[in-house]
Amino acid sequence: MKTENQKAWLFVLPVLFLVAFNALIPIMTVVNYSVQETFGNNLFFWEGLGWFEKLLNSDRFYSALGRQFMFTGSILAIEIPLGIIIALSMPRQGFWVPICLVTMALPMLIPWNVVGAMWNIFTLPDIGLLGYFLNHVLGVSYDMTQDPAAAWATIIIMDVWHWTSLVVLLCYAGLVSIPDAYYQAAKIDGASNWAVFRYIQIPKMKNVLTIAILLRFMDSFNIYTEPFVLTGGGPGNSTTLLSIDLVKIALGQFDLGPAAAMSLIYFAITLLVSWVFYTLMMKDDR
Amino acid sequence: MKKRYFIPLIYILFLMLPIYWLITMSFKTTGEILSGFSLFPQDLTFENYRVIFTDPTWYWGYINSISYVTLNTVISIAVALPAAYAFSRYRFLGDKQLFFWLLTNRMAPAAVFALPFFQLYSAVGLFDTYLAVALAHTLFNVPLAVWILEGFMRSVPKELDETAYIDGYSFPRFFVKIFLPNIKAGVGVAAFFCFMFSWVELLLAKTLTAVHAKPIAAIMTKTASSAGYELGLLAAAGTLTIIPGAIVIYFVRNYIAKGFAMGRV
Repeated sequence: MKTENQKAWLFVLPVLFLVAFNALIPIMTVVNYSVQETFGNNLFFWEGLGWFEKLLNSDRFYSALGRQFMFTGSILAIEIPLGIIIALSMPRQGFWVPICLVTMALPMLIPWNVVGAMWNIFTLPDIGLLGYFLNHVLGVSYDMTQDPAAAWATIIIMDVWHWTSLVVLLCYAGLVSIPDAYYQAAKIDGASNWAVFRYIQIPKMKNVLTIAILLRFMDSFNIYTEPFVLTGGGPGNSTTLLSIDLVKIALGQFDLGPAAAMSLIYFAITLLVSWVFYTLMMKDDR
Repeated sequence: MKKRYFIPLIYILFLMLPIYWLITMSFKTTGEILSGFSLFPQDLTFENYRVIFTDPTWYWGYINSISYVTLNTVISIAVALPAAYAFSRYRFLGDKQLFFWLLTNRMAPAAVFALPFFQLYSAVGLFDTYLAVALAHTLFNVPLAVWILEGFMRSVPKELDETAYIDGYSFPRFFVKIFLPNIKAGVGVAAFFCFMFSWVELLLAKTLTAVHAKPIAAIMTKTASSAGYELGLLAAAGTLTIIPGAIVIYFVRNYIAKGFAMGRV
């Protein structure tokens, strides 16, 4: 049991200062911009909630948001079940375990723009391994720069390649923590594979799965570099996700007001969904 | 071999394919890459790697990246250790709210912070230094480190602390001599994650640097656009960015599964 001790705050102070410096000041800057209009030369005019109103009435924002949810939804729908299946079929002990874990974790340690560049090289229609195979061996016409469907398939497969291992490793950690006695008891009771999965493995994985969904949701919702390097948001605007659109407005067009308003709404959505997952996760945790 | 092992095997093959392609390309000349498709390099060349190891703009990119990543890892762990200890051992006013607030910073889209960070770090005179990138990356690494360390610390029984105090240990001595060795694995895993997320992040690192602290990944992006289509060189530079990750992952291989679960299994 934890004891009550207000002096514990002293231990938290360094973290508090550091994160406050990094989080509060920039957020205040963003809030500041979001209610003002600027014409350059450091001249600012009060704009009120105008930017928010405009944003919430613009088709551009909703289509970017829609694409974002479609992307996050698709990768969650693929990565979570796939991750569970792979984790269930992995060896639990022996020589191959560390080799499996290390090779699986490798994609996650590659800088994000290198991931984008790597998939770019991999999918080039005539000289990339995948592009060549699809176009010249299977005879499917595949060109990411022309065809929105191909671009979408590629960014989703790239994310599956990049992050499914996170789900695998988390589920695997849950699975190896199940004592052998549970399986033996199930065997004596004559439980089917399905029953073992449903009543032993799933409950043990529940906690780590929530972490997996939480992390995958947050990171895929905030994704920028990989799809930007791979498709640049194109062809047209077909793969312009929220972050890509935001950077376009903020650093490309230098429209600080609209960009700031968009940032705040964007952050609020991430926060809201994450909070739901977090409460679910911490319910049995504390 | 059991039949079900084919699933992870196929998965690993799928993971290795793009990496194989990157490495193969790095041993080809740009001419060979553009002239057509080949599974293996037809005339093996080390020229791409020679360019990277002899041109200071290239190899300084690696030194810059490693420098700010290391600095970030040290700062993150140093501030996260006491905080995680407090969260794992004590109840205090606002502890749960604070913990969640810390985590919200892990949820913040980097794109939101790019411009304000540029202005903030320019204002305090840190723009284009290792410290700027290292501090900026603590935004998401410190919450993560606190989360992981707290998970590992919670599994150390409280009796350990009490016995040490009865034996006359002062708090700092207890923490360094007794407590830290007990959560070695946790510290290793937390450091690994800080390294990882600082190493792979580019948007903030690129925004906060111009010349002196420019990360290797940013130099690659620049080369890709300015020097035309130097695919071989780009592939070689990309291949080299995989190596540091592969090295650190080897050190934590035994804790990696538990580590990814943030000590919460």
